[in-house]
Amino acid sequence: MTKINEQLLNRLSRVALSLTLVFFLLTLVFSGCALKPERSLVLATTTSTYDSGLLEFILPAFEDQHNTKVKVVAVGTGQALALAARGDADVVLVHAPDLEEEFVQKGFGVQRTFIMYNDFVILGPSNDPANIRRSPDATNAFRRIASTQSTFVSRGDESGTHIKERVIWALAGVESPEKDNWYLSLGQGMGSSLNVANEKHAYILSDRGTFLSRGASNLAMLTEGDPLLFNPYHFMIVNPDKFNNVQMELGQLLLDFLISAETQEKIRSFGVDRFGQILFNPASPDL
Amino acid sequence: MDELASGIWQAVKLIGTLDPEVRSIALFSLQVSGLALLLAAITGIPYGIWLAFSRFPGRKILIGFTYAGMAFPTVVVGLIVFLLLSHNGPLGFLGWLFTPFGIIAAQFLIGFPVVASLTMAAILGLNPEMRLQLQSLGATRVQISITLLREAKVAMIVAMAAAFGRVVTEVGAVIIVGGNIAGSTRVLTTAIVLETRKGDFDSAIALGVILLMISFSINLIATRLQGKALAR
Repeated sequence: MTKINEQLLNRLSRVALSLTLVFFLLTLVFSGCALKPERSLVLATTTSTYDSGLLEFILPAFEDQHNTKVKVVAVGTGQALALAARGDADVVLVHAPDLEEEFVQKGFGVQRTFIMYNDFVILGPSNDPANIRRSPDATNAFRRIASTQSTFVSRGDESGTHIKERVIWALAGVESPEKDNWYLSLGQGMGSSLNVANEKHAYILSDRGTFLSRGASNLAMLTEGDPLLFNPYHFMIVNPDKFNNVQMELGQLLLDFLISAETQEKIRSFGVDRFGQILFNPASPDL
Repeated sequence: MDELASGIWQAVKLIGTLDPEVRSIALFSLQVSGLALLLAAITGIPYGIWLAFSRFPGRKILIGFTYAGMAFPTVVVGLIVFLLLSHNGPLGFLGWLFTPFGIIAAQFLIGFPVVASLTMAAILGLNPEMRLQLQSLGATRVQISITLLREAKVAMIVAMAAAFGRVVTEVGAVIIVGGNIAGSTRVLTTAIVLETRKGDFDSAIALGVILLMISFSINLIATRLQGKALAR
């Protein structure tokens, strides 16, 4: 390359870099200005509602109608409630009734409302070494898994799913399975946990929605239908008396939106054409 | 291997069609990392130069702490920033949690020690006579600094490239402080985590390829800028 070409290229690179930097600064400054007048509220929710795609399906209608951005922070139920208890979220949508009741009792949550429900299912390898396909209920299934010491993957993250799992272990008379080496506690969301269970051909408790939408090629649905596996989702607004930054009106608007007949029908229709079954049942009894 | 191939093909499609979601995530990633890097440079370079020439008791300890900053676990930085910016925390009034500003703050703290340490090393690597010569010529401190930085150009560009690398690849701190919110605090790295979590390995690989391409291009530009100095 001749000397002139090299100098030109150097200068061009320098100019290009400076221009790019300036461009970026400007865009962020402008987008910052544009963001300010827009209203937003923070919804702390579970990975099961988010990873299944349900929220992406129903929220845009709300956002357009009210010119409000719903900022969804998808973590486990335990973390969602912990965030809300620090005033870092405005509203929550979670599925751990005991934790929710405690949350309300302690004065952190108001307007607790039943929104939708589905169920948990016990998944496992198709060859089913613990033979849980024969057992009629979840408690029995867990008992068999423990007695055969079959690999079991747990969310381990204080999520609604994890809490339900602990309830079933207790009913099955299995104390502290975490100390056993067939029990793998991950501390991760539903999707990640399904990934691991899938890889290891292990048993796992999952909500039906995430399992259907994410799929797990090595796992089959082995136990379902036990009333114990009922999984209700509740919405709560963080108590504005505790934290003055809580967006009470926006939270109320979102609550009204979620229980409206239109949205409840949309929730029911989610994923039916893709999976041939309902993933999330609306709470409204007349639908 | 199938997955990798289909992931790369997905990447080609997403880039070729300038997929709007991927485009906005990529742009946003560059913006926050770029701003964080700029802030780290504006503060880190003068600090690094000062550290190189300063003489005071405890200087070695301060240098030690600055170096330690480079190896400080970035996820712990994220946790600390989260606790500071949380509404419960001392800086809660800023309202920066789960916003781009929070991410920039965390990334700034991650990038600053890298810029500072490597700037100091770059300056110390120069001939010490040079500073004396410039001083004897009557140059101001700013003029001296600029000249020395020019002389240490190769090392300085490495410093910026290293800081950029550390900042743009960060995942943990960005998820904790930003919340990985679609459309407002999702960057390439956190999007990869999400897609992997959802089992969408194609999309995850595609995003990874795009991140690699961006990293590579920036480093290519950096090498170009080092230009003649490298040829010596």
